Amino acid sequence: MKIYKNTGSKDTRSGFGDGLTELGQKNENVVALCADLTGSLKMNAFANNNPERFFQVGIAEANMMGMAAGMTIGGKIPFTGTFANFSTGRVYDQIRQSIAYSDKNVKICASHSGLTLGEDGATHQILEDIGLMKMLPGMTVINTCDYNQTKAATLAIADHHGPVYLRFGRPKVANFTPENGEFKIGKAVLLQEGTDVTIIATGHLVWEALEAAKTLNEKGISAEVINIHTIKPLDEEAIIKSVKKTGCVVTAEEHNFLGGLGESVARTLSLNHPTPQEFVATNDTFGESGTPAQLLEKYGLNAENIALKAEAVIKRK
Amino acid sequence: MADTQHLKDLVTQVRRDIVRQVHAVSSGHPGGSLGCTEFLVTLYNEVMDHDPSFNMDGVNEDLFFLSNGHISPVFYSVLARSGYFPVEELGTFRKLNSRLQGHPTTHEDLPGVRIASGSLGQGMSVAIGAAAVKKLNGDTKTVFTLHGDGELQEGQIWEAAMYAAANDVDNLISTIDVNGQQIDGSTDQVLALGDLRGKFEAFGWRVVTVTKGNDVDAVLAGIKEALTLTGKKQPVCILLHTEMGNGIDFMMGSHAWHGIAPNDEQLAEALRQNPETLGDY
Repeated sequence: MKIYKNTGSKDTRSGFGDGLTELGQKNENVVALCADLTGSLKMNAFANNNPERFFQVGIAEANMMGMAAGMTIGGKIPFTGTFANFSTGRVYDQIRQSIAYSDKNVKICASHSGLTLGEDGATHQILEDIGLMKMLPGMTVINTCDYNQTKAATLAIADHHGPVYLRFGRPKVANFTPENGEFKIGKAVLLQEGTDVTIIATGHLVWEALEAAKTLNEKGISAEVINIHTIKPLDEEAIIKSVKKTGCVVTAEEHNFLGGLGESVARTLSLNHPTPQEFVATNDTFGESGTPAQLLEKYGLNAENIALKAEAVIKRK
Repeated sequence: MADTQHLKDLVTQVRRDIVRQVHAVSSGHPGGSLGCTEFLVTLYNEVMDHDPSFNMDGVNEDLFFLSNGHISPVFYSVLARSGYFPVEELGTFRKLNSRLQGHPTTHEDLPGVRIASGSLGQGMSVAIGAAAVKKLNGDTKTVFTLHGDGELQEGQIWEAAMYAAANDVDNLISTIDVNGQQIDGSTDQVLALGDLRGKFEAFGWRVVTVTKGNDVDAVLAGIKEALTLTGKKQPVCILLHTEMGNGIDFMMGSHAWHGIAPNDEQLAEALRQNPETLGDY
Protein backbone atom coordinates (compact mmCIF):
# COMPACT_ATOMS: atom_id res chain seq x y z
CA MET A 1 0.00 0.00 0.00
CA LYS A 2 1.06 3.51 -0.66
CA ILE A 3 1.38 5.54 2.51
CA TYR A 4 0.01 9.09 2.40
CA LYS A 5 1.25 11.48 5.03
CA ASN A 6 -0.69 14.45 6.32
CA THR A 7 1.85 17.23 6.04
CA GLY A 8 -0.23 19.43 8.34
CA SER A 9 -3.98 19.96 8.31
CA LYS A 10 -5.17 23.05 6.48
CA ASP A 11 -8.47 24.36 5.16
CA THR A 12 -9.15 23.99 1.46
CA ARG A 13 -10.44 27.58 1.33
CA SER A 14 -6.92 28.75 2.17
CA GLY A 15 -5.71 26.81 -0.85
CA PHE A 16 -8.13 28.87 -2.91
CA GLY A 17 -7.04 32.12 -1.26
CA ASP A 18 -3.35 31.41 -1.77
CA GLY A 19 -3.95 30.31 -5.36
CA LEU A 20 -5.87 33.50 -6.04
CA THR A 21 -3.09 35.59 -4.50
CA GLU A 22 -0.61 33.93 -6.86
CA LEU A 23 -2.90 34.50 -9.82
CA GLY A 24 -3.12 38.16 -8.88
CA GLN A 25 0.62 38.43 -9.33
CA LYS A 26 0.98 36.44 -12.51
CA ASN A 27 -2.18 37.08 -14.51
CA GLU A 28 -3.30 40.69 -14.85
CA ASN A 29 -6.60 39.62 -16.41
CA VAL A 30 -7.76 37.91 -13.24
CA VAL A 31 -10.34 39.96 -11.33
CA ALA A 32 -12.17 38.90 -8.18
CA LEU A 33 -15.59 39.66 -6.79
CA CYS A 34 -16.81 38.92 -3.28
CA ALA A 35 -20.19 39.24 -1.56
CA ASP A 36 -19.17 40.37 1.93
CA LEU A 37 -17.20 37.23 2.82
CA THR A 38 -13.67 38.27 1.96
CA GLY A 39 -12.19 36.86 5.16
CA SER A 40 -14.13 33.61 5.00
CA LEU A 41 -13.02 33.05 1.40
CA LYS A 42 -9.41 34.05 2.19
CA MET A 43 -9.51 36.70 -0.52
CA ASN A 44 -7.95 39.46 1.59
CA ALA A 45 -4.47 39.17 0.13
CA PHE A 46 -5.74 39.43 -3.44
CA ALA A 47 -7.90 42.40 -2.45
CA ASN A 48 -5.01 44.18 -0.72
CA ASN A 49 -2.50 43.47 -3.49
CA ASN A 50 -4.85 44.33 -6.37
CA PRO A 51 -7.42 46.84 -5.09
CA GLU A 52 -8.32 47.95 -8.62
CA ARG A 53 -9.07 44.35 -9.62
CA PHE A 54 -11.08 43.44 -6.52
CA PHE A 55 -14.81 44.17 -6.44
CA GLN A 56 -16.65 44.12 -3.13
CA VAL A 57 -20.30 43.81 -4.15
CA GLY A 58 -21.93 43.58 -0.72
CA ILE A 59 -24.60 41.05 0.16
CA ALA A 60 -25.91 40.92 -3.40
CA GLU A 61 -24.94 37.64 -5.00
CA ALA A 62 -27.28 37.95 -7.99
CA ASN A 63 -25.65 41.23 -8.97
CA MET A 64 -22.23 39.66 -8.41
CA MET A 65 -22.92 36.86 -10.89
CA GLY A 66 -24.24 39.27 -13.49
CA MET A 67 -21.29 41.59 -13.04
CA ALA A 68 -18.89 38.67 -13.37
CA ALA A 69 -20.53 37.72 -16.67
CA GLY A 70 -20.17 41.30 -17.89
CA MET A 71 -16.52 41.47 -16.87
CA THR A 72 -15.61 38.73 -19.32
CA ILE A 73 -16.57 41.23 -22.05
CA GLY A 74 -13.29 43.08 -22.42
CA GLY A 75 -11.17 40.05 -21.64
CA LYS A 76 -11.09 39.68 -17.86
CA ILE A 77 -11.26 36.36 -16.00
CA PRO A 78 -13.60 36.90 -13.05
CA PHE A 79 -13.44 34.76 -9.90
CA THR A 80 -16.50 35.07 -7.66
CA GLY A 81 -16.28 34.17 -4.00
CA THR A 82 -19.00 33.35 -1.50
CA PHE A 83 -20.36 30.31 0.35
CA ALA A 84 -21.44 27.35 -1.80
CA ASN A 85 -25.10 27.89 -0.97
CA PHE A 86 -25.00 31.51 -2.10
CA SER A 87 -22.84 30.58 -5.10
CA THR A 88 -25.41 28.21 -6.55
CA GLY A 89 -28.94 27.87 -5.21
CA ARG A 90 -29.39 31.55 -4.49
CA VAL A 91 -28.22 32.61 -7.95
CA TYR A 92 -29.06 29.65 -10.13
CA ASP A 93 -30.91 31.61 -12.78
CA GLN A 94 -28.22 34.27 -12.99
CA ILE A 95 -25.60 31.57 -13.52
CA ARG A 96 -27.82 29.72 -15.95
CA GLN A 97 -28.66 32.63 -18.24
CA SER A 98 -25.86 35.18 -17.86
CA ILE A 99 -22.94 32.76 -17.41
CA ALA A 100 -23.61 29.22 -18.65
CA TYR A 101 -26.00 29.90 -21.55
CA SER A 102 -24.02 33.01 -22.43
CA ASP A 103 -20.76 30.99 -22.53
CA LYS A 104 -18.97 33.36 -20.16
CA ASN A 105 -15.52 32.61 -18.76
CA VAL A 106 -16.47 32.98 -15.09
CA LYS A 107 -14.96 30.99 -12.21
CA ILE A 108 -17.52 30.44 -9.46
CA CYS A 109 -15.53 29.69 -6.33
CA ALA A 110 -17.54 28.26 -3.46
CA SER A 111 -16.40 27.75 0.10
CA HIS A 112 -18.21 26.22 3.10
CA SER A 113 -19.77 23.49 0.98
CA GLY A 114 -21.33 20.40 2.51
CA LEU A 115 -21.95 19.63 6.17
CA THR A 116 -18.50 20.56 7.43
CA LEU A 117 -19.10 24.26 7.77
CA GLY A 118 -20.61 22.97 10.98
CA GLU A 119 -22.47 24.95 13.58
CA ASP A 120 -24.22 27.42 11.24
CA GLY A 121 -26.56 24.58 10.31
CA ALA A 122 -28.69 23.69 7.32
CA THR A 123 -29.38 27.20 6.00
CA HIS A 124 -25.69 27.43 5.12
CA GLN A 125 -24.84 23.76 4.45
CA ILE A 126 -25.65 23.06 0.84
CA LEU A 127 -25.70 19.39 -0.15
CA GLU A 128 -27.27 19.95 -3.57
CA ASP A 129 -24.75 22.20 -5.29
CA ILE A 130 -22.87 19.58 -7.30
CA GLY A 131 -26.15 18.44 -8.80
CA LEU A 132 -27.30 21.97 -9.54
CA MET A 133 -24.08 22.87 -11.28
CA LYS A 134 -23.41 19.66 -13.17
CA MET A 135 -26.83 19.93 -14.81
CA LEU A 136 -25.85 23.19 -16.51
CA PRO A 137 -24.61 22.57 -20.06
CA GLY A 138 -20.97 23.55 -20.47
CA MET A 139 -20.25 23.91 -16.76
CA THR A 140 -17.08 22.30 -15.41
CA VAL A 141 -17.55 21.07 -11.82
CA ILE A 142 -14.56 20.57 -9.52
CA ASN A 143 -14.49 19.50 -5.86
CA THR A 144 -11.00 19.47 -4.39
CA CYS A 145 -9.77 17.31 -1.52
CA ASP A 146 -7.08 19.28 0.31
CA TYR A 147 -5.17 22.55 0.52
CA ASN A 148 -2.55 21.69 -2.09
CA GLN A 149 -5.07 20.43 -4.61
CA THR A 150 -7.35 23.41 -4.12
CA LYS A 151 -4.49 25.81 -4.73
CA ALA A 152 -3.44 23.89 -7.85
CA ALA A 153 -7.03 23.83 -9.12
CA THR A 154 -7.42 27.57 -8.57
CA LEU A 155 -4.38 28.19 -10.76
CA ALA A 156 -5.50 25.67 -13.38
CA ILE A 157 -9.00 27.02 -13.91
CA ALA A 158 -7.64 30.46 -14.82
CA ASP A 159 -6.06 28.84 -17.88
CA HIS A 160 -9.21 26.94 -18.81
CA HIS A 161 -11.65 28.85 -21.02
CA GLY A 162 -15.26 28.41 -19.93
CA PRO A 163 -17.43 28.53 -16.82
CA VAL A 164 -16.19 26.56 -13.83
CA TYR A 165 -17.68 25.72 -10.44
CA LEU A 166 -14.90 25.18 -7.90
CA ARG A 167 -16.14 23.68 -4.62
CA PHE A 168 -14.16 23.63 -1.39
CA GLY A 169 -14.71 23.97 2.34
CA ARG A 170 -14.14 25.49 5.71
CA PRO A 171 -12.58 22.92 8.09
CA LYS A 172 -8.93 22.05 8.43
CA VAL A 173 -8.42 18.67 6.79
CA ALA A 174 -5.41 16.48 6.06
CA ASN A 175 -3.09 17.94 3.43
CA PHE A 176 -1.55 15.05 1.56
CA THR A 177 -1.43 15.70 -2.19
CA PRO A 178 1.87 16.98 -3.62
CA GLU A 179 2.80 20.62 -3.06
CA ASN A 180 2.67 22.52 -6.37
CA GLY A 181 1.32 19.39 -8.03
CA GLU A 182 -0.07 19.51 -11.53
CA PHE A 183 -3.87 19.81 -11.75
CA LYS A 184 -5.41 18.35 -14.87
CA ILE A 185 -9.09 19.24 -15.20
CA GLY A 186 -11.12 16.12 -15.96
CA LYS A 187 -8.37 13.68 -15.03
CA ALA A 188 -8.88 11.22 -12.19
CA VAL A 189 -6.04 10.61 -9.75
CA LEU A 190 -5.32 6.99 -8.86
CA LEU A 191 -4.22 7.14 -5.23
CA GLN A 192 -4.18 3.51 -4.23
CA GLU A 193 -4.09 0.42 -6.39
CA GLY A 194 -6.25 -2.52 -5.36
CA THR A 195 -8.13 -5.49 -6.70
CA ASP A 196 -11.23 -6.18 -4.58
CA VAL A 197 -13.19 -2.92 -4.62
CA THR A 198 -12.93 0.55 -6.14
CA ILE A 199 -13.53 3.52 -3.87
CA ILE A 200 -14.25 6.69 -5.84
CA ALA A 201 -14.21 9.78 -3.65
CA THR A 202 -14.31 13.53 -4.05
CA GLY A 203 -13.59 16.50 -1.81
CA HIS A 204 -13.08 16.03 1.90
CA LEU A 205 -13.96 12.35 1.67
CA VAL A 206 -10.87 11.45 -0.35
CA TRP A 207 -8.77 11.35 2.82
CA GLU A 208 -11.49 9.29 4.50
CA ALA A 209 -11.37 6.88 1.56
CA LEU A 210 -7.62 6.44 2.04
CA GLU A 211 -8.18 5.77 5.74
CA ALA A 212 -10.89 3.26 4.85
CA ALA A 213 -8.51 1.49 2.47
CA LYS A 214 -6.05 1.07 5.36
CA THR A 215 -8.74 -0.53 7.54
CA LEU A 216 -9.82 -2.79 4.71
CA ASN A 217 -6.21 -3.78 4.05
CA GLU A 218 -5.90 -4.93 7.65
CA LYS A 219 -8.85 -7.22 6.96
CA GLY A 220 -7.22 -8.58 3.84
CA ILE A 221 -9.34 -6.54 1.43
CA SER A 222 -7.48 -4.77 -1.36
CA ALA A 223 -9.15 -1.43 -2.15
CA GLU A 224 -8.38 0.79 -5.10
CA VAL A 225 -8.86 4.50 -4.31
CA ILE A 226 -9.55 7.09 -7.00
CA ASN A 227 -9.74 10.81 -6.36
CA ILE A 228 -12.29 12.35 -8.70
CA HIS A 229 -11.68 16.06 -8.31
CA THR A 230 -13.52 16.85 -11.54
CA ILE A 231 -17.09 15.61 -11.43
CA LYS A 232 -17.83 17.13 -14.82
CA PRO A 233 -16.39 16.26 -17.27
CA LEU A 234 -16.01 12.88 -15.58
CA ASP A 235 -12.96 10.73 -16.27
CA GLU A 236 -15.06 7.78 -17.39
CA GLU A 237 -12.10 5.87 -18.76
CA ALA A 238 -10.35 5.74 -15.39
CA ILE A 239 -13.53 4.63 -13.64
CA ILE A 240 -14.37 1.89 -16.12
CA LYS A 241 -10.79 0.62 -16.17
CA SER A 242 -10.69 0.30 -12.40
CA VAL A 243 -14.11 -1.27 -12.02
CA LYS A 244 -13.40 -3.84 -14.72
CA LYS A 245 -10.59 -4.98 -12.45
CA THR A 246 -12.37 -4.84 -9.07
CA GLY A 247 -15.96 -5.62 -10.06
CA CYS A 248 -17.62 -3.31 -7.53
CA VAL A 249 -17.56 0.32 -6.44
CA VAL A 250 -18.22 2.63 -3.50
CA THR A 251 -18.64 6.33 -4.19
CA ALA A 252 -18.04 8.85 -1.40
CA GLU A 253 -18.95 12.51 -1.30
CA GLU A 254 -20.10 15.24 1.08
CA HIS A 255 -23.30 15.77 -0.90
CA ASN A 256 -26.76 14.36 -1.37
CA PHE A 257 -26.71 11.04 -3.24
CA LEU A 258 -29.29 12.66 -5.55
CA GLY A 259 -27.36 14.63 -8.12
CA GLY A 260 -23.91 13.90 -6.78
CA LEU A 261 -20.75 12.14 -7.90
CA GLY A 262 -22.28 8.74 -7.18
CA GLU A 263 -25.04 9.23 -9.71
CA SER A 264 -22.57 10.32 -12.37
CA VAL A 265 -20.51 7.20 -11.71
CA ALA A 266 -23.63 5.02 -11.77
CA ARG A 267 -24.64 6.39 -15.15
CA THR A 268 -21.18 5.76 -16.56
CA LEU A 269 -21.15 2.21 -15.28
CA SER A 270 -24.71 1.35 -16.27
CA LEU A 271 -23.91 2.39 -19.83
CA ASN A 272 -20.51 0.75 -20.03
CA HIS A 273 -20.00 -1.87 -17.35
CA PRO A 274 -22.96 -2.51 -15.01
CA THR A 275 -21.54 -2.99 -11.55
CA PRO A 276 -22.77 -3.22 -7.93
CA GLN A 277 -22.40 0.19 -6.29
CA GLU A 278 -22.85 1.57 -2.80
CA PHE A 279 -23.19 5.25 -2.00
CA VAL A 280 -21.57 7.16 0.84
CA ALA A 281 -23.53 10.43 0.69
CA THR A 282 -26.33 12.16 2.53
CA ASN A 283 -29.71 10.56 2.05
CA ASP A 284 -32.06 13.22 0.66
CA THR A 285 -31.82 15.34 3.80
CA PHE A 286 -30.85 18.77 5.04
CA GLY A 287 -27.95 19.11 7.44
CA GLU A 288 -27.99 20.52 10.99
CA SER A 289 -25.78 22.22 13.56
CA GLY A 290 -22.83 20.39 15.06
CA THR A 291 -19.09 20.16 14.80
CA PRO A 292 -17.78 18.94 11.44
CA ALA A 293 -16.59 15.67 12.97
CA GLN A 294 -19.92 15.06 14.70
CA LEU A 295 -21.82 15.76 11.49
CA LEU A 296 -19.66 13.51 9.33
CA GLU A 297 -20.15 10.72 11.85
CA LYS A 298 -23.91 11.21 12.21
CA TYR A 299 -24.45 11.27 8.44
CA GLY A 300 -22.03 8.42 7.77
CA LEU A 301 -19.56 10.44 5.74
CA ASN A 302 -16.38 8.94 7.17
CA ALA A 303 -13.76 6.22 6.77
CA GLU A 304 -15.66 3.80 8.98
CA ASN A 305 -18.79 3.93 6.81
CA ILE A 306 -16.81 3.80 3.57
CA ALA A 307 -15.17 0.58 4.81
CA LEU A 308 -18.55 -0.89 5.80
CA LYS A 309 -20.03 -0.07 2.39
CA ALA A 310 -16.98 -1.59 0.71
CA GLU A 311 -17.50 -4.86 2.53
CA ALA A 312 -21.20 -4.76 1.69
CA VAL A 313 -20.66 -4.14 -2.02
CA ILE A 314 -18.07 -6.89 -2.31
CA LYS A 315 -20.75 -9.33 -1.11
CA ARG A 316 -22.99 -8.19 -4.01
CA LYS A 317 -20.45 -9.10 -6.70
CA MET B 1 -31.87 70.63 -35.05
CA ALA B 2 -30.27 67.88 -37.09
CA ASP B 3 -32.31 66.34 -39.88
CA THR B 4 -33.60 63.04 -38.59
CA GLN B 5 -35.72 61.99 -41.56
CA HIS B 6 -33.42 59.02 -42.23
CA LEU B 7 -34.09 57.81 -38.68
CA LYS B 8 -37.83 58.18 -39.16
CA ASP B 9 -37.67 56.18 -42.37
CA LEU B 10 -35.71 53.50 -40.61
CA VAL B 11 -38.22 53.45 -37.74
CA THR B 12 -41.02 52.74 -40.18
CA GLN B 13 -39.07 49.93 -41.80
CA VAL B 14 -38.15 48.41 -38.43
CA ARG B 15 -41.85 48.43 -37.45
CA ARG B 16 -42.58 46.44 -40.61
CA ASP B 17 -39.78 44.01 -39.69
CA ILE B 18 -41.21 43.57 -36.20
CA VAL B 19 -44.74 42.69 -37.23
CA ARG B 20 -43.59 40.53 -40.13
CA GLN B 21 -41.25 38.54 -37.86
CA VAL B 22 -43.88 37.79 -35.24
CA HIS B 23 -46.62 37.18 -37.82
CA ALA B 24 -44.50 34.59 -39.65
CA VAL B 25 -44.25 32.36 -36.59
CA SER B 26 -47.42 33.48 -34.81
CA SER B 27 -45.40 34.22 -31.71
CA GLY B 28 -43.19 36.87 -30.20
CA HIS B 29 -43.60 40.25 -28.54
CA PRO B 30 -44.62 43.10 -30.84
CA GLY B 31 -45.99 45.57 -28.27
CA GLY B 32 -42.82 46.43 -26.35
CA SER B 33 -40.76 46.11 -29.52
CA LEU B 34 -42.80 48.80 -31.28
CA GLY B 35 -42.61 51.04 -28.22
CA CYS B 36 -38.80 50.92 -28.19
CA THR B 37 -38.23 51.25 -31.94
CA GLU B 38 -37.40 54.97 -31.94
CA PHE B 39 -35.00 54.49 -29.04
CA LEU B 40 -33.03 51.60 -30.53
CA VAL B 41 -32.94 53.08 -34.03
CA THR B 42 -31.61 56.36 -32.63
CA LEU B 43 -29.12 54.67 -30.32
CA TYR B 44 -27.57 52.45 -32.98
CA ASN B 45 -27.63 54.95 -35.83
CA GLU B 46 -27.03 58.31 -34.23
CA VAL B 47 -25.40 57.76 -30.85
CA MET B 48 -23.29 54.67 -30.39
CA ASP B 49 -19.79 54.22 -31.74
CA HIS B 50 -19.94 50.56 -32.67
CA ASP B 51 -18.49 48.12 -35.15
CA PRO B 52 -20.89 45.77 -36.99
CA SER B 53 -18.00 43.43 -37.83
CA PHE B 54 -18.51 42.50 -34.16
CA ASN B 55 -15.94 41.54 -31.63
CA MET B 56 -17.32 40.23 -28.35
CA ASP B 57 -14.91 42.28 -26.23
CA GLY B 58 -16.01 45.55 -27.85
CA VAL B 59 -12.92 47.42 -26.73
CA ASN B 60 -13.12 51.14 -27.56
CA GLU B 61 -16.73 50.71 -28.65
CA ASP B 62 -19.93 51.78 -26.97
CA LEU B 63 -21.81 48.69 -25.79
CA PHE B 64 -25.52 47.98 -25.53
CA PHE B 65 -27.19 45.31 -23.39
CA LEU B 66 -30.84 44.45 -23.89
CA SER B 67 -32.12 43.36 -20.49
CA ASN B 68 -35.78 42.90 -21.45
CA GLY B 69 -34.93 40.24 -24.01
CA HIS B 70 -38.49 39.58 -25.09
CA ILE B 71 -38.38 42.64 -27.34
CA SER B 72 -35.99 40.67 -29.54
CA PRO B 73 -37.88 41.53 -32.78
CA VAL B 74 -36.85 45.19 -32.60
CA PHE B 75 -33.33 44.31 -31.44
CA TYR B 76 -32.80 41.87 -34.31
CA SER B 77 -34.18 44.28 -36.87
CA VAL B 78 -31.99 47.15 -35.69
CA LEU B 79 -28.90 44.91 -35.57
CA ALA B 80 -29.55 43.55 -39.06
CA ARG B 81 -30.19 46.99 -40.50
CA SER B 82 -27.00 48.23 -38.82
CA GLY B 83 -25.02 45.58 -40.72
CA TYR B 84 -24.44 42.96 -38.02
CA PHE B 85 -26.04 40.19 -40.10
CA PRO B 86 -28.07 39.95 -43.33
CA VAL B 87 -31.61 41.33 -43.07
CA GLU B 88 -32.86 38.19 -44.82
CA GLU B 89 -32.02 36.30 -41.63
CA LEU B 90 -34.94 38.07 -39.92
CA GLY B 91 -37.06 35.51 -41.76
CA THR B 92 -35.67 32.78 -39.49
CA PHE B 93 -36.89 34.46 -36.27
CA ARG B 94 -38.01 31.84 -33.72
CA LYS B 95 -37.69 29.02 -36.22
CA LEU B 96 -35.83 25.76 -35.64
CA ASN B 97 -32.03 26.01 -36.09
CA SER B 98 -32.13 29.80 -36.21
CA ARG B 99 -29.58 32.19 -34.67
CA LEU B 100 -32.57 34.45 -33.94
CA GLN B 101 -33.88 32.65 -30.88
CA GLY B 102 -37.09 33.74 -29.19
CA HIS B 103 -34.96 35.65 -26.73
CA PRO B 104 -31.48 36.91 -27.65
CA THR B 105 -28.53 34.67 -26.95
CA THR B 106 -24.81 34.49 -27.56
CA HIS B 107 -25.15 30.72 -27.76
CA GLU B 108 -25.78 30.70 -31.51
CA ASP B 109 -23.03 33.26 -32.22
CA LEU B 110 -25.37 35.91 -33.55
CA PRO B 111 -23.25 39.04 -34.14
CA GLY B 112 -24.30 41.99 -32.01
CA VAL B 113 -25.51 40.02 -29.00
CA ARG B 114 -23.17 39.98 -25.99
CA ILE B 115 -25.37 38.34 -23.35
CA ALA B 116 -28.43 36.12 -23.22
CA SER B 117 -31.50 37.84 -21.82
CA GLY B 118 -35.10 36.89 -21.30
CA SER B 119 -35.18 35.98 -17.65
CA LEU B 120 -35.59 39.54 -16.42
CA GLY B 121 -33.52 41.76 -14.18
CA GLN B 122 -30.03 40.64 -15.13
CA GLY B 123 -28.82 43.09 -17.77
CA MET B 124 -27.92 46.00 -15.52
CA SER B 125 -25.53 43.81 -13.52
CA VAL B 126 -23.91 42.58 -16.71
CA ALA B 127 -23.55 46.14 -17.97
CA ILE B 128 -21.94 47.25 -14.70
CA GLY B 129 -19.38 44.46 -15.06
CA ALA B 130 -18.63 45.51 -18.63
CA ALA B 131 -18.44 49.18 -17.57
CA ALA B 132 -16.02 48.35 -14.77
CA VAL B 133 -13.77 46.50 -17.20
CA LYS B 134 -13.84 49.45 -19.61
CA LYS B 135 -12.36 51.54 -16.81
CA LEU B 136 -9.73 48.89 -16.05
CA ASN B 137 -8.82 48.82 -19.73
CA GLY B 138 -8.62 52.61 -20.02
CA ASP B 139 -11.53 52.49 -22.45
CA THR B 140 -13.58 55.71 -22.28
CA LYS B 141 -16.63 54.49 -24.18
CA THR B 142 -20.12 54.20 -22.70
CA VAL B 143 -22.26 51.21 -21.80
CA PHE B 144 -26.01 51.40 -22.49
CA THR B 145 -28.82 49.17 -21.26
CA LEU B 146 -32.55 48.94 -21.84
CA HIS B 147 -35.05 47.59 -19.32
CA GLY B 148 -38.80 47.25 -19.20
CA ASP B 149 -40.59 49.14 -16.44
CA GLY B 150 -42.22 45.92 -15.25
CA GLU B 151 -38.71 44.47 -15.07
CA LEU B 152 -37.96 46.88 -12.24
CA GLN B 153 -40.04 44.60 -10.03
CA GLU B 154 -37.06 42.21 -10.05
CA GLY B 155 -34.88 42.65 -6.96
CA GLN B 156 -31.60 42.22 -8.82
CA ILE B 157 -32.18 45.54 -10.58
CA TRP B 158 -31.97 47.32 -7.25
CA GLU B 159 -28.90 45.37 -6.15
CA ALA B 160 -27.28 46.59 -9.34
CA ALA B 161 -28.58 50.15 -8.98
CA MET B 162 -27.16 50.33 -5.46
CA TYR B 163 -23.79 49.00 -6.58
CA ALA B 164 -23.50 51.36 -9.54
CA ALA B 165 -24.10 54.45 -7.44
CA ALA B 166 -21.89 53.34 -4.55
CA ASN B 167 -19.01 52.61 -6.92
CA ASP B 168 -19.18 55.66 -9.20
CA VAL B 169 -20.12 53.65 -12.31
CA ASP B 170 -20.46 56.81 -14.40
CA ASN B 171 -19.93 55.26 -17.84
CA LEU B 172 -23.34 53.61 -17.74
CA ILE B 173 -26.65 54.87 -19.14
CA SER B 174 -29.60 52.64 -18.26
CA THR B 175 -32.85 53.38 -20.03
CA ILE B 176 -36.18 52.31 -18.63
CA ASP B 177 -39.00 51.79 -21.12
CA VAL B 178 -41.83 53.35 -19.12
CA ASN B 179 -44.89 52.13 -20.99
CA GLY B 180 -46.91 51.36 -17.88
CA GLN B 181 -47.87 47.91 -19.13
CA GLN B 182 -46.92 44.34 -18.32
CA ILE B 183 -48.35 40.92 -19.09
CA ASP B 184 -51.15 40.87 -16.54
CA GLY B 185 -52.21 44.48 -17.04
CA SER B 186 -50.97 47.95 -16.23
CA THR B 187 -48.00 48.27 -13.91
CA ASP B 188 -50.27 50.15 -11.52
CA GLN B 189 -52.62 47.18 -11.36
CA VAL B 190 -49.95 44.50 -11.11
CA LEU B 191 -47.36 46.06 -8.80
CA ALA B 192 -47.23 49.83 -8.79
CA LEU B 193 -43.75 51.19 -9.45
CA GLY B 194 -44.31 54.44 -7.58
CA ASP B 195 -42.06 57.40 -8.16
CA LEU B 196 -39.36 56.06 -10.46
CA ARG B 197 -37.43 59.31 -10.65
CA GLY B 198 -37.46 59.54 -6.87
CA LYS B 199 -36.37 55.94 -6.53
CA PHE B 200 -33.40 56.24 -8.89
CA GLU B 201 -32.37 59.60 -7.44
CA ALA B 202 -32.56 58.17 -3.93
CA PHE B 203 -30.27 55.37 -5.08
CA GLY B 204 -27.78 58.00 -6.25
CA TRP B 205 -28.45 58.12 -9.99
CA ARG B 206 -28.83 61.07 -12.31
CA VAL B 207 -32.19 60.89 -14.06
CA VAL B 208 -33.26 62.22 -17.46
CA THR B 209 -36.95 62.02 -18.36
CA VAL B 210 -38.00 61.75 -21.99
CA THR B 211 -41.75 62.30 -22.12
CA LYS B 212 -41.99 61.71 -25.87
CA GLY B 213 -40.20 58.40 -26.12
CA ASN B 214 -41.66 57.69 -29.56
CA ASP B 215 -40.35 60.89 -31.12
CA VAL B 216 -36.85 60.41 -32.52
CA ASP B 217 -35.92 64.05 -32.00
CA ALA B 218 -36.96 63.89 -28.35
CA VAL B 219 -35.20 60.55 -27.90
CA LEU B 220 -32.00 61.87 -29.45
CA ALA B 221 -32.09 64.97 -27.28
CA GLY B 222 -32.65 62.83 -24.18
CA ILE B 223 -29.76 60.50 -24.90
CA LYS B 224 -27.49 63.46 -25.64
CA GLU B 225 -28.47 65.04 -22.34
CA ALA B 226 -27.75 61.75 -20.57
CA LEU B 227 -24.32 61.61 -22.20
CA THR B 228 -23.48 65.03 -20.78
CA LEU B 229 -24.13 63.58 -17.31
CA THR B 230 -21.67 60.68 -17.69
CA GLY B 231 -18.20 60.85 -16.20
CA LYS B 232 -19.45 62.65 -13.12
CA LYS B 233 -19.21 59.86 -10.49
CA GLN B 234 -22.85 58.86 -10.89
CA PRO B 235 -24.69 56.37 -13.09
CA VAL B 236 -27.32 57.82 -15.41
CA CYS B 237 -30.89 56.68 -15.97
CA ILE B 238 -33.26 57.69 -18.77
CA LEU B 239 -36.96 57.32 -18.00
CA LEU B 240 -38.26 56.87 -21.52
CA HIS B 241 -42.02 57.25 -21.67
CA THR B 242 -43.33 55.20 -24.59
CA GLU B 243 -46.54 53.80 -25.94
CA MET B 244 -46.67 50.04 -26.22
CA GLY B 245 -47.51 49.06 -29.80
CA ASN B 246 -46.62 52.51 -31.11
CA GLY B 247 -47.13 53.12 -34.83
CA ILE B 248 -49.93 50.58 -35.27
CA ASP B 249 -53.19 52.08 -34.07
CA PHE B 250 -54.95 48.92 -32.95
CA MET B 251 -51.93 47.79 -30.90
CA MET B 252 -51.48 51.06 -29.02
CA GLY B 253 -52.47 51.85 -25.46
CA SER B 254 -52.96 48.35 -24.16
CA HIS B 255 -51.00 45.44 -22.73
CA ALA B 256 -52.97 43.08 -24.99
CA TRP B 257 -50.22 42.99 -27.64
CA HIS B 258 -47.40 42.23 -25.21
CA GLY B 259 -46.93 38.71 -26.48
CA ILE B 260 -49.45 38.20 -29.28
CA ALA B 261 -48.80 38.06 -33.01
CA PRO B 262 -51.11 39.66 -35.59
CA ASN B 263 -53.18 37.49 -37.91
CA ASP B 264 -53.11 37.95 -41.72
CA GLU B 265 -55.64 40.80 -41.80
CA GLN B 266 -54.03 42.56 -38.86
CA LEU B 267 -50.62 42.25 -40.49
CA ALA B 268 -51.96 43.79 -43.71
CA GLU B 269 -53.41 46.69 -41.78
CA ALA B 270 -50.21 47.18 -39.76
CA LEU B 271 -48.15 47.26 -42.94
CA ARG B 272 -50.60 49.64 -44.59
CA GLN B 273 -50.05 52.05 -41.71
CA ASN B 274 -46.26 51.76 -42.16
CA PRO B 275 -45.32 51.92 -45.85
CA GLU B 276 -42.08 50.30 -46.93
CA THR B 277 -39.11 52.71 -46.82
CA LEU B 278 -35.80 50.86 -47.06
CA GLY B 279 -37.08 47.60 -48.48
CA ASP B 280 -38.53 44.53 -46.76
CA TYR B 281 -36.31 41.52 -46.06
